[in-house]
Parts: sequence; C-alpha cells; structure tokens
Amino acid sequence: MAAGTPVIVTRQLTKTYAGAGVAVAALRGISLTVERGEYLAVMGASGSGKSTLAHILGCLDLPTGGRYLLDGVDVRGLGEDQLARIRNRKIGFVFQSFNLLAHATAIENVELPLIYQGVARAERRHRALAALRSVGGERWRDHRPNQLSGGTIQKVALARAIVTDPALLLADEPTGNLDSASSDDVLASFARLNAAGRTIVMITHEADVAARARRLVRIRDGRVVEDRPISSERPVAAAVAAAPPAGARDQPQPLGQPA
Amino acid sequence: MIPLENVRIALQGVGSNRMRSGLTILGILIGVASVIILVAVGNGSSIAIQSRIQSLGTNLLQVQSQPVFFRAGGQTATLTQSTNLTAADVHALEQHDLNPDVAAVAPVLTASVTATWDGNSYSPSQFLGTTPPYRRIAGYRLAHGQFFSSAQLHSHARVVVVGQTVVSSLFGGQSPVGQSVQLNGATFQVIGVLAAKGTSGATNQDDVMMAPLTAVEDAITGYQASYSRIDVEAASPSRETAAEYEVATTLDTTHHIASLASGNLQILNQASLISTSTAQTFTTLLAAVAAISLLVGGIGVMNIMLVTVTERTHEIGIRKAVGARRRDLLGQFLVEAVLLAAIGGVVGVGVGLLGSHFQIVGVTPVVAPYSVALALVVSVAVGLFFGLYPASRAAGLQPIDALRHE
Ligand SMILES: Nc1ncnc2c1ncn2[C@@H]1O[C@H](COP(=O)(O)OP(=O)(O)O)[C@@H](O)[C@H]1O
Ligand SMILES: [Mg+2]
Repeated sequence: MAAGTPVIVTRQLTKTYAGAGVAVAALRGISLTVERGEYLAVMGASGSGKSTLAHILGCLDLPTGGRYLLDGVDVRGLGEDQLARIRNRKIGFVFQSFNLLAHATAIENVELPLIYQGVARAERRHRALAALRSVGGERWRDHRPNQLSGGTIQKVALARAIVTDPALLLADEPTGNLDSASSDDVLASFARLNAAGRTIVMITHEADVAARARRLVRIRDGRVVEDRPISSERPVAAAVAAAPPAGARDQPQPLGQPA
Repeated sequence: MIPLENVRIALQGVGSNRMRSGLTILGILIGVASVIILVAVGNGSSIAIQSRIQSLGTNLLQVQSQPVFFRAGGQTATLTQSTNLTAADVHALEQHDLNPDVAAVAPVLTASVTATWDGNSYSPSQFLGTTPPYRRIAGYRLAHGQFFSSAQLHSHARVVVVGQTVVSSLFGGQSPVGQSVQLNGATFQVIGVLAAKGTSGATNQDDVMMAPLTAVEDAITGYQASYSRIDVEAASPSRETAAEYEVATTLDTTHHIASLASGNLQILNQASLISTSTAQTFTTLLAAVAAISLLVGGIGVMNIMLVTVTERTHEIGIRKAVGARRRDLLGQFLVEAVLLAAIGGVVGVGVGLLGSHFQIVGVTPVVAPYSVALALVVSVAVGLFFGLYPASRAAGLQPIDALRHE
C-alpha cells in the first residue's frame, strides 16, 4: 500500500452478539482512523467493547455492520481464505491469555505464521530466530510455554506477532496477566517496535499502560467517547483524573484526522 | 501450503503431544486387539466343539427298534418279529448296489458286564458286542494293540478291546494288552486299547469295552434274536441324507412293512443334528462377540478423541488466528488421524495376534482372518472420524469462537 494509506479505517462499526435470549450490542458505531506508525491505546471499562473491537480489527471475528478497511482493503465480503491470508500477513495479534501452542517450543510457535505462508524451513527458522532476538528471547527458543514465566511467554507471543512483518500489531490487554516488572518489559518492547515504525493498537483498561502509547481512544458502551494524543509532558493518569464527565466532553474525532 | 508441510505439521503435532497421541494410539490398539482376541476365543471354542462332534463320527446313523409299548393305543406291550433288527437286516444293508451311500454297517449288541482283573472289578458304562467295521463307524482309534479282525469274529475269539477309562479304572493305568480279564466270569484276552475320545454330551466314550459279537453271544448274552441297534456309516457327511433314505427303504423291504413310518424302527443321526445346531449357535455367538468387542473398541477410541476435542478446538483457534486456512487444518488433522490410526491399527493387530497365542480360560484361540480386517476397518474408521471431527467442526468457526474453547 501507498505510504499515505491509513492502516485502519472504520466507519460506524457495529457488533451485536445474538446469544441465547438477549442480544448484546457490544459495538454501537465505532469510527476510527489509524495512520501508519501510530501507537494507539484503546481504553475503557470492562465490558465496554474493547475486546470485541480488537477481534474485529484483527479479523478474528466479523462485524455486524459498518465498514472496515485494513491497509486500504475492505474486509467486508472477503472469503474465508482471504481473511486467513490477511490474518497471516497483515496482522500480528497479541492475546491477554498468550494463546501459544502448549506442546510446541518457543521457536516452533514463532514459526507458525510462516508455515502458513509456505516459507521454506531454513528461512523460517532464520526469521523466527530474528523475531525472537528482537524481543530479547533468543535463549528460550527450545523451551515450551510451561517452562517459561508469563512475561517471557508474552514476549514469545509478541515475536510470533511480528515475525511476518505485519502492517498492524494488535494487542488485547497484553499485560493483563503479568506482574508489573514483566509488564514494563513487554511495554518496553512495544515502545521499541513503535519507534522502529510499527503501527500498534493496544487494548487496555489500565491508565498507566495506556500512558505508554501516543494516542488514546476511550470507549464506553461500544462508542468512542474520547480520542486525543498523549503528550509526554502530561501523563495519561493525570489526564484521566482531570477529565470532565463523558458526554460533556468533545465528540469523537472526525475521521481521517488523527491527532 | 504444500501437502508435505501438512505431513510435517502433523508429525510435529503427534510428536510434541505424546500423551494425546499415545492415548489415541492406545485406544485404537485396544479396540483392534480386543476384537481379534475375543473373536479368536469364540472361534477357538467353536472349533474345539466341532472337532469333538467330529470325533463322535459325523457320518453315523443308528438304527434302533422302538419298543412297541411306547406306542399309543393301550395294546399289550410285545415286540413283534417284524421290528427286530437281525442279521438279515445287516446283510441287506451291506448290499452296496442297493445302498450306494452306505460305507459300513455294524450290528451292536449291548450288555452289562462286570469285568474282573487282579482282584479288581469294574463295570464299564458301555459293553458292546459288534463287528470289525464298528471301530471306523464310531470313529475310534487304537492307542495300543489292535481291534479284533473278521477272522476273530468268525472264530468266536474271546478277545476284547478297552477304552482309556477302563484302563485307568480296572488296570491301574498300565497297558492291559495281553492280559486276561474275566467278563461276567468268562475269560477274554485284551488285544487293544482305544485312544481317548472324550465325552459326547453325557456319554463318556472312553468308558467302553468291545468284543466280537459272536463271542459275546457265546459267553455273555446267549443267542439273541435281535440286535440292540445297527450302526451305519454314510459314505460322506454330504451323503448322509441319501444314506438315511436308502437305509429306510432297505429296512422297509426286509421287514415287508413301513416300519419306519409306523414308528417301529427309528433312524437317529444325532451327530449331524448336534453339529448343525451347534454351528448355528456359534455363528450367532461369534457375531455377537464381534459386535460387542467392536462397540467396546469403538467407544474407547471415540472417548479419547472426544476428550481432546476442546483442546484441539483451541489449537485450531490459535492456528486460524495466525492464518491457517480450512484446508490447511483439515490436511493436518487428516494426516494426523491417518498416522495415529495406522500405528494403532498395526500395533493392535500385532498385540491381537500375539494375545491369541495364549490359552484364554481354557480355550485355545483361533484367529479368524475376517476379524482382523473388520477390527482394522472399524477402529481406523472410528479413529479417522473422531480425529477429523474437531477439525471439521472448528475449521468453520470464527477464529475467536474456536479460541474460546479452553
Ligand atoms: N461471545 C459473546 N457473546 C455474547 N456477548 C458477548 C460476547 N463477547 C462479549 N460479549 C459482551 O459484549 C460486551 C463487550 O464485551 P468485550 O468486548 O469483551 O468488552 P471488554 O473487552 O471491554 O471487557 C459485554 O457486555 C460482553 O458481555
Ligand atoms: Mg476484554
């Protein structure tokens, strides 16, 4: 894609879970634009629809309505195999619960997306090692997840997410299961990757985690209620404390005009 | 993705999850082996019983005169001359041109005797006066010595052949050939010992003594107008019905009346009766054994496969999240299922064949080739089906829905 194409453009994205009994409207019209190289934190209370949004942005689930352009490609109407290809090549997803193959070693886990790209074995090894190295995890290559600590596992997952050099790195509460030292470690990796030019969307409900990003989008009940840049001089925690009640504040930013 | 990669992923999956792979293989193995062994045990007992029936003499027909007092009508119980089995009957039955399907004929005179030797006495459950063809008709073989000959029959030789039970009960287990024994006071010389034949129903076929008919009439029973029965051997088991018909026709002619129709004479072919009904019983039993063991094996395989469905669905979610397509997943799971089913199947056949070498509850198992094929096909099919089941279910889910299985 051309350098000017936004990585993410959503227009009035909605998602309704039609479970047994009541239907839950998890997203009620999310319009968002993320440019290349941005580091966006999506904040919101539990149940506000953050994970739902992350799954749709990661093409792990389909929206009920609205449009979603990923790297200029409208994902609506794409077939199953094309969606698999997008997940494989354009997106790296980091889960709160890691989601590594329990019975595979770290290096095998990192190689996994490359297998589905048809990358030859030797090159796969090489690239997986490079990805592990970039998160400082080369020495865990032959360990299985159950032999590693939470922070280490999340770094292996991060290596897996970036091994294909995706346009978008998505993380849903990546530090949610980690102690603060490990959290700092993982967040430092995210910061380094963003500094190297990677586009990151990180979901969190913790203000100090969100403060590591450079732009903050706050959602409540499936709607964007705040969207602003994070200045390094004004930490987000303070900003949160100083924020007037939602609704009295600014409306969601107009599309195509990131902060 | 190239198919080779599916194989590699599958191998990696099988190798890295040893517990799951091992249990799956074990399930298929137990299924296959238990079917083979159970059917072999059933088959073995069937064969054992059939061979016991064979030893009874499968081609045997027995002609007996029916005592008249069993007949309805309240008449006085007298045996009429026309229903007696005589030398004339034997002679008529021996006419080969009239009875082409009859191989041998032997009149039998039964008596009860007390045998005495070296101060011991013993009464065998069967004592027969007969002719040399009887040995073949009844299916006896000799362990020592010989059976009496036609010459001995004609010379009224006082010789006797004894069964194994008599050897142990009267002669203390030593071969009595050459010994003299008193039968109801008359001296007979033992010239042969019969090989063990086992029991047929309630009858111990080894508790027997037999002597030439002529000598028995001379020394024990006195001259008899009628034989106890006439034993007839059909030329082959398949000729038995024809032989039975010829015997009936011949006897009707010699007796000038329809003795068989009137119920005065009776032709028994117990052996074939027992044999066919037993064969049928065993076919049904074997089918039931095979069905039950297949069910047991199949449920075992199914259980192990289903237990891992949740885990596998989660794994599929992970693979889908990083870009696996439906066909990648189906390919991987197919290769994996085939691999596990094949290993389990082959090892199961090995264990089944090995297990069938041992006696099981007193039965020597005999492997039925069809059970090997059946066990393999069913267990492998169950293994394949339940191996592919999670993949085919989960491959259609949204990745996030597959990931929710934990
Ligand atoms: N699979 C689902 N089925 C039904 N309702 C769901 C499902 N996933 C989430 N929800 C509901 O959607 C809303 C948003 O959930 P989620 O996106 O997980 O929020 P968050 O990640 O911000 O906590 C919640 O009310 C939640 O109960
Ligand atoms: Mg969440």
